[in-house]
Amino acid sequence: MTRALVNIPKQAKRGETIEIKTLLSHPMETGYRRDTMGRAVPRDIINRFVCTYNGVEVFRADLFPAIAANPFLTFYTVATESGELKLSWTGDDGETRTETATITVA
Amino acid sequence: MSLFGAPRVRTRGIMALAVVATAAGATAPIMSAEIPPGERRSGYEFMSPETRAMQDDDSANPGTFWVLDGETLWSQKAGEANRACADCHGDARDSMKGVAARYPAFYAARSRPIDLEQRINICRTEKQKAPALAAESKELLALTAFVGRQSRGMPITISGDRLIEFLEAGRSLFHRRQGQLNLSCSQCHDDNWGKVLAGNTIPQAHPTGYPIYRLEWQGLGSLQRRLRNCMIGMRAEPYEFGAPEQVALELYLMWRARGLKMETPGVRP
Repeated sequence: MTRALVNIPKQAKRGETIEIKTLLSHPMETGYRRDTMGRAVPRDIINRFVCTYNGVEVFRADLFPAIAANPFLTFYTVATESGELKLSWTGDDGETRTETATITVA
Repeated sequence: MSLFGAPRVRTRGIMALAVVATAAGATAPIMSAEIPPGERRSGYEFMSPETRAMQDDDSANPGTFWVLDGETLWSQKAGEANRACADCHGDARDSMKGVAARYPAFYAARSRPIDLEQRINICRTEKQKAPALAAESKELLALTAFVGRQSRGMPITISGDRLIEFLEAGRSLFHRRQGQLNLSCSQCHDDNWGKVLAGNTIPQAHPTGYPIYRLEWQGLGSLQRRLRNCMIGMRAEPYEFGAPEQVALELYLMWRARGLKMETPGVRP
């Protein structure tokens, strides 16, 4: 079962810099390892992370096989208006996992 | 005097030396002495500020994934008895508070101490009538982490007269040289803690945060896995998971860390 933990302040002052912390449970299998029978373990990583703030992209990251399991990404943005932050992680299998959080800007 | 008395001197030869030294008025310990209570420090205090921050913040601590999975398993019915942990134990926040800080504990039916993983598996096989969970399996680690989490911040307390014999066994394993490198646990963790070995600070080996999320493992692991790691490092043959020697060592280490606060799930480098 894949889980995502997101830590975003629920409230912020307009113009304030807010920190967004994200942690996703994912094996980040590199594709370079072999199992006990010597068969190659196929690569399975999260290769892209995108964060949008009311539809506007504020942060994007490309991830590579050297990134450890359970990737922890933390970044900052400026609280401009109340609304929704949408975080999405896309894997090698093409599937996207999305989490949303609302923020109230006073 | 502490519950189990002062550490015993191992051999007659050293005993004789100790007597000579005492007679000469020397106060320095001849053999590795136990770390005095005032100097006992959790491995947490040897970590970088970044790794500490990771452990302290539940939303940054990857161990949280196992705790959450454990919470799900806690109320999931299993086995022929079709019972969940919660059916007997209720809300783990109350019923499991402080439990992990008391393990390994003496289990009368087997006349020996058992660790938390074994306790969970006894519940599974005897009460739930379900197959035991494999050592280091995701489910067993998740349940152990969830139960352990309920003791976070509580002091480690190992007690019981029936444990003394096993505690002494653990103590002698801890002080016994083993492996091709001919090292004992004590030589690093009693005598040389705080110094640097291959770029890492040697901690005092207090099992305060198990099961831990070890960055090197990129996953959660039990104290037994960590002990096997150390033994492989000493080029000794590691004990099997669940072996009585493992439990004796776990017991001694927990007793040695008595009074320190539980940190489960800990993060270690």
